Amino acid sequence: MEFFMANILNFVCYFPLVGVVLIMLWPKGKEHETAVKWIANLVAFIGFLISLPLITQFNNPAFIDMTGMRYVIRTNWIDALGVQYYFGIDGISLLLILLTTLLGFLSILSSWNAITERVSEYYCYFLILQVGMLGVFMALDFFLFYVFWEVMLVPMYFIIGIWGGPRKLYAAIKFFLYTLLGSVLLLLGILALYFYQHSVTGTWSFDVLGFQNLEIPFNLQWWIFLAFFVGFAIKVPMFPFHTWLPDAHVEAPTAGSVILAAMLLKMGTYGFVRFSLPILPQATIHFLPWLLVLSVIGIIYGALVAMMQKDMKKLVAYSSVSHLGFCMLGVFIATPVALEGGILQMLNHGISTGALFLIVGIIYERRHTRLISEYGGLSHVMPVYATVFMIMTMSSIGLPTLNGFIGEFMILQGVFADPDYRSWAIFGAAGIVLGAAYMLWLYQRVMFGTIEKDENRTLPDLTLREFATFAPLIVLAFWIGLYPRTFLEYLHEPVNQVVEKVRPGEFMPLPVQSAETK
Amino acid sequence: MFELPPVTEAWEFLQKNSVAIGPQLHLLLWALGMLIIDFVIPAGRKAVSALLALGGIVMAGLQLYLLRSSSPISAFYDTVVLDSFATFFSALFLIAAAVTVFISYRYLEIENEQHTEYYALLLFATSGMMFMAAALDLITIFISLELMSISTYVLVGFLRRRRRSNEASLKYFLLGAFSTAIILYGMSLLYGVSGTTNLIVIGEQAKLLQGNTLLILAVFTIMAGLCFKVAAAPFHMWAPDAYEGAPTAVTGFMSVAVKAAAFALFLRIFFVAFHEVRGIYVPLLVAVSILTMTWGNVAAVTQQNVKRMLAYSSISHAGYVLMGLVAGTELGVIASAIYLLAYTFMNLGIWAVVILLRRQDISGEQVEDFDGLYSRHPSLAIVMLIFLLSLAGIPPLGGFIAKYFVFSAIIEVAMDPSQPYASLMVWLAVIGVINAVVSLYYYFRIVYAMFIQEEYQPAPLSFSAGLLTAIAITGIVTLLIGIYPQPFINLARAATSPLL
Repeated sequence: MEFFMANILNFVCYFPLVGVVLIMLWPKGKEHETAVKWIANLVAFIGFLISLPLITQFNNPAFIDMTGMRYVIRTNWIDALGVQYYFGIDGISLLLILLTTLLGFLSILSSWNAITERVSEYYCYFLILQVGMLGVFMALDFFLFYVFWEVMLVPMYFIIGIWGGPRKLYAAIKFFLYTLLGSVLLLLGILALYFYQHSVTGTWSFDVLGFQNLEIPFNLQWWIFLAFFVGFAIKVPMFPFHTWLPDAHVEAPTAGSVILAAMLLKMGTYGFVRFSLPILPQATIHFLPWLLVLSVIGIIYGALVAMMQKDMKKLVAYSSVSHLGFCMLGVFIATPVALEGGILQMLNHGISTGALFLIVGIIYERRHTRLISEYGGLSHVMPVYATVFMIMTMSSIGLPTLNGFIGEFMILQGVFADPDYRSWAIFGAAGIVLGAAYMLWLYQRVMFGTIEKDENRTLPDLTLREFATFAPLIVLAFWIGLYPRTFLEYLHEPVNQVVEKVRPGEFMPLPVQSAETK
Repeated sequence: MFELPPVTEAWEFLQKNSVAIGPQLHLLLWALGMLIIDFVIPAGRKAVSALLALGGIVMAGLQLYLLRSSSPISAFYDTVVLDSFATFFSALFLIAAAVTVFISYRYLEIENEQHTEYYALLLFATSGMMFMAAALDLITIFISLELMSISTYVLVGFLRRRRRSNEASLKYFLLGAFSTAIILYGMSLLYGVSGTTNLIVIGEQAKLLQGNTLLILAVFTIMAGLCFKVAAAPFHMWAPDAYEGAPTAVTGFMSVAVKAAAFALFLRIFFVAFHEVRGIYVPLLVAVSILTMTWGNVAAVTQQNVKRMLAYSSISHAGYVLMGLVAGTELGVIASAIYLLAYTFMNLGIWAVVILLRRQDISGEQVEDFDGLYSRHPSLAIVMLIFLLSLAGIPPLGGFIAKYFVFSAIIEVAMDPSQPYASLMVWLAVIGVINAVVSLYYYFRIVYAMFIQEEYQPAPLSFSAGLLTAIAITGIVTLLIGIYPQPFINLARAATSPLL
């Protein structure tokens, strides 16, 4: 047990590989597919279970190191370059890791009937993808981070490319090329940091926390910020780098879309919070007006385009652009409340948009179309489905008592707390109104009215398995909506640290319960 | 002129000096021996020569291994030197030659051209390359370059019944001879201004001759000639034709070993002799590097023929290796060495897979020939995926470490305010990474064909133990360089120390 806890991050990160190995060794053939599905589901579920001790021991002083990072694993990897195998998490990564293990499991569970061809490969790619994403959130060495960041592109390419829709080739390669373009520029930025650090301190290291303590001249910050910005903004995606997203989402299989929306996009926002802001604070402040403009354009533009869509999945995809704009608004303004709200909104977006993609996937599996005009009146035949859809719609548009409200409220409140940018809250609020418009309109067109197509009369309601995929998300949506403190208290400490870097002394820090008093 | 010493003294002199060129010399003699033994090998059994060639390579490798840790041995009045640089590259060439033998014998059987001469020529070329890596004198450089080039011209035309192969050979020969002449012209100028053929002395002279027009002319002509040899734009035109027409195994050999040998020469000449006049050639080299990778990549995007696509891809990789030379720092030369190391393995692996697809009436040269490979031979497709990802520079594979090093060399220079051309370096780095993205696009056309396309050519692949060994070795090393690069970095660092 001690060994397990000391290496828990390794276990959580690499456990999905157990499934990959088992599936590869398992006999091939149609008759073995059920077994493969069971293996994948079980492995993903166990993967989720073993990530739970991360919470229970989070404030155990035995696992906190001097930097405030938890469960640190640190050994040398490439001595010649000073590259370390360095894992560690704080509150931000904790929440994202748990979301990854949970949604990874749920999306694997949701694929049970959706995937009928090349089943074992599908689950292998999914599990490998899981490893890549978890590694990104755990790595504290920039080199290691970069490795995971890139590794995860390959399985995602295959998930879109093999099991995707009609334009899968285009979507898959576009996704890959866009993200790669961003990440190679990111690599140049990392290298510049690395050499700057060496010229100042004489050490060769990619230690992220070390970079945060550097006093980088503004001129250099400016360049590195641009490089980082392209890398992360493509991933988020922020306007005008978002064009790969609708293509990838629409063509990807349902579970791929869920992971893409819920986790992959978060890697971009996480990159901003973990790297751009604390390492390059002056540049962040310098670019702030531009960043806010892009975020706001994302919010409004995404919402307007979403409203015009005929395809449900495309609608949800563009709503992602809008919601992520919201997250970025909160993150960039970097007041404590807004930043915390931005991070919480990442989780919320993962939960609600992930669920919405699942919702679209369920009727797509039944009818093989996602056109809104093909539906109407579904609430008569699928009451449970209608309820789930309603809850998630409300969560997405930010109805009080549900998670979206808390995130949006915190972001707006935080923006308002900054006297210089107070008026930007108006755009944020406009985004909420537009969000309500397109989501409710979607719900109305799909669920209400009379059934006009005969095929829709016999649609079966949610099965138990399908309901099981939604249940945890619904619980989480209400939990965050009613008692967000459970989640927010993990964020206070890292958020304070970031804010202290970016805008030192401007704001009251959030109240942190120290580990001892607990 | 000095007086000829008496015979016994001459013998002693030879004995003493030939230690430094032992591996090369033995390889040469072995190849000559093979040509004689060929008379007794019956016509249907020529594949035995593959084993013989392997024996020669192993012997030379063993000798090299025994000499590895000794301090630099220079011999024959400082015309050759066996230092860690020469050892590193010689080992690389031997490995490339061994892998080429592994991937050749089955291929030659299919093409019905199994001859001992093929393997002997391979050894001649390898020996020439090893001399190139060890050469420290313009004359030695020229002769070893010719030994390599002429053997390769013949190898390219080895499928003598095929017009494409003949055409490729002739083209390669004409342009190659032309470029050798240009190099020779530069060398004569160099000798004219410096009064010596020794690279080290030239290096010292160059310090005093800053700004001398003839010296500049010499630098540029030698650079142009070497750019021909490494197939750098705008002197790369011969490469796609020669690579496409040559027997595929030879293409593999050329794209790695011949290129690496030319780069070894490039590094040696430009670091030892021309380091003092860096200011003159760096901007031009930056332009060549940018042009090479961009041209290679853009041209590769439009290719349907895999051999041509990979030919253009290898051109673009030359652009990356040049980046290390552009940087001109310790890190830069390490970067070039490590790039060539990783590139040798991943590119040979790719060619091995292409050869595997050569069967019956299928040339294995079209992208469609890869269709559905995964469904029949999953492990082969996965290895191929590893090679392609590595070439594109995706971690954690060898190609990523290679790209990482060249970019870090460039960024290091860009960050150093004392260096001239710092901002030029930033652009070079940015264009370099964008090119990496472009290259992924065409590599992934093969991935797409293998993994996503369904149709499959039912004809069985031409498996052979040699090919599988080659693929396994190159695959494992490609992975290893990516996952645990430390020993390879140490090797490259030790190898490049004589140049600094």
